[in-house]
Amino acid sequence: MKTTRRTVLQLAGGAAVALAAPAIITTRARAADKRIALIVKNLGNSYFDACANGAKEAAAEIGGIEIIYTASAKPTAEEQIAVIDAQIAQKVDGIIVSANDADALVPVGKKAADRGIKVMSFDSAIAPAGRTVHLSASSTPLIGAKQVQMIAKTLGGKGEVAILSAASTMTNQNSWIEAMKEEWKKPEYKDMPLVATVYGDDQDDKSYREMQGLVKAHPNLKGVISPTTIGIRSGAKAIVDGGLVGKVFITGLGLPSEMKDYVLAGACDTFAIWNPVEYGYSSTMIMADILNGADTSEGAKLSMGKKGETTVGPDGECIMGEPFEFNKTNVEEFAKIF
Amino acid sequence: MSYRELVLAAILLLGLLAIGAYQPVFLAWDNISDMLTETSVLFMMALAQMVVILTRGIDLSVAANLALSGMIAALVSQYFPETPLVLMIFAGVVTGLALGMINGAFVAFLSIPPIVMTLGTLAVFRGLIIIIAGGDQVNASEMGATFQAFPKEVILGLTTPVWIAIVVSILFFVFLNFTRAGRGLFAVGGNPVAARYCGIDQRKQELLAYSITGAVSGLCGYLWVARYGVAYSEIASGYELTVIAACVIGGVSIGGGVGSVAGTLLGALFLGIVMTALPVLQISPFWQMAISGAVILAAVVINARAERRPDKLILPEARRLRRV
Repeated sequence: MKTTRRTVLQLAGGAAVALAAPAIITTRARAADKRIALIVKNLGNSYFDACANGAKEAAAEIGGIEIIYTASAKPTAEEQIAVIDAQIAQKVDGIIVSANDADALVPVGKKAADRGIKVMSFDSAIAPAGRTVHLSASSTPLIGAKQVQMIAKTLGGKGEVAILSAASTMTNQNSWIEAMKEEWKKPEYKDMPLVATVYGDDQDDKSYREMQGLVKAHPNLKGVISPTTIGIRSGAKAIVDGGLVGKVFITGLGLPSEMKDYVLAGACDTFAIWNPVEYGYSSTMIMADILNGADTSEGAKLSMGKKGETTVGPDGECIMGEPFEFNKTNVEEFAKIF
Repeated sequence: MSYRELVLAAILLLGLLAIGAYQPVFLAWDNISDMLTETSVLFMMALAQMVVILTRGIDLSVAANLALSGMIAALVSQYFPETPLVLMIFAGVVTGLALGMINGAFVAFLSIPPIVMTLGTLAVFRGLIIIIAGGDQVNASEMGATFQAFPKEVILGLTTPVWIAIVVSILFFVFLNFTRAGRGLFAVGGNPVAARYCGIDQRKQELLAYSITGAVSGLCGYLWVARYGVAYSEIASGYELTVIAACVIGGVSIGGGVGSVAGTLLGALFLGIVMTALPVLQISPFWQMAISGAVILAAVVINARAERRPDKLILPEARRLRRV
């Protein structure tokens, strides 16, 4: 599948390594070559390939760090434990994991810690006992606020807006909607009322019909926020198919590869999701900080390089930042990645 | 049209007027056109399902078949974008036909109960999508432009899926009413013993029924994938129940042997109206499921009452005999 994407990634990765190589050679003497293993859920996943590119970028920026990007072929906890064991045997300095199972990885995480290897997780957490910190891509308040800000920017803060969610029973959807409503209380959104919240159940056909229904029931509707990748792509398709481009705009959480056509068609001005390159970059920066002896107790600050600082929360939870914004200028580039 | 179908048609008309009175935009041509386009797949899928139910069978794998055939068509479009559109649609239909024939062969020649067989293939087909596509999905940007444009084209005021549904409905009408094989489906479902004495091969009829259902599912697979611009393992998940509900509302007897093209189309239209009306009427999403369920039940009850024949039975045994 997707040979073109992978080839592009390999080329990009190769270029990054080529650029990084001189830096590593020049700083080799100073930094005593720290090695960080980036162990993801499975191989051949372009999302994680993008994370690895970010990690290599961070390594090149710091200098003296070697990234070992590896994973098992299948996304299972058993195979992942074997991969981690192999890296412990290699005596790497730090391990960054996207866990296939939060609890199953705790013993191997403890084993690594016993050998003096620092372990942290990103993307998918290991339970707190098996790692130092976990880096979350974003937080509920940031995700909610970002989406309201995006539609306000597109509409110039004026016009009726509706929410097209997944199922009315989904916890994450509902907490994001609550966070949006919290942001909506600010006075700058007073001309941008929320007129309806509808549910497409994360099915393409139902989301499509809900979008058609919204437009008909609210003739003055200007914007729609869809905090689900299926809702935003189906809603965008309904806008394009219904000849509503320029009249109604959709925003929310989407994947660049799915949204590319709709952004270029003008149905969607901006949308957001975490940027995997930044995610790998920030994780590596944090690991480098930890390897340099940074404190990881609650309330401590860790550096994420040019992405700023993050504060360690309860159970070692850290937050990278608000979701990354995609638009006409960058969607094609990222569509090749994920 | 039978009395029962007239009752259902009257309910539909009243329902449309009631919704229109509350939300006039619903009766605008744009909305009617959207509604027919959205329902076109259901029209065809319900007719196909009826054919299987007529033989006392059931096909739970239709939605999975639709998803798999749609994925095949989408993959052809992705990797061989130069393929003529007709061949891409053909790829979907042939895949659907092959999958339907597997169901038919097992049910007819190995006497596997249809509900067990098709429940099994439902899971197999969905699993195959993941294997064939490597767990990935085919996005709008990866499908060809003509592949996606076809279901949006408008001819004489109606979109192509609606025209396809009209043609398929006419074919079903002719097949079920005027061909030997079509009448045979009613015969094997209505009274298998009598059918055998008449020289009708039940196995052939069953194989035929599941093959037809499969081929139609394949055609709908293309339409679905092209219309919503995405193909992956979960599309149309649970749709088989909507299809069967359309049949039941349309007066198709789950016991086999009873059903008509007009009734089934009305049943599908009924569900199509409910599905498109709920979002426009802005009914609370928390109520939507309960309301659509209650409306379906009401339609079935009214339908079942209308089905009662006004004839007199002299012997109580006769009633029992008639139901065999």
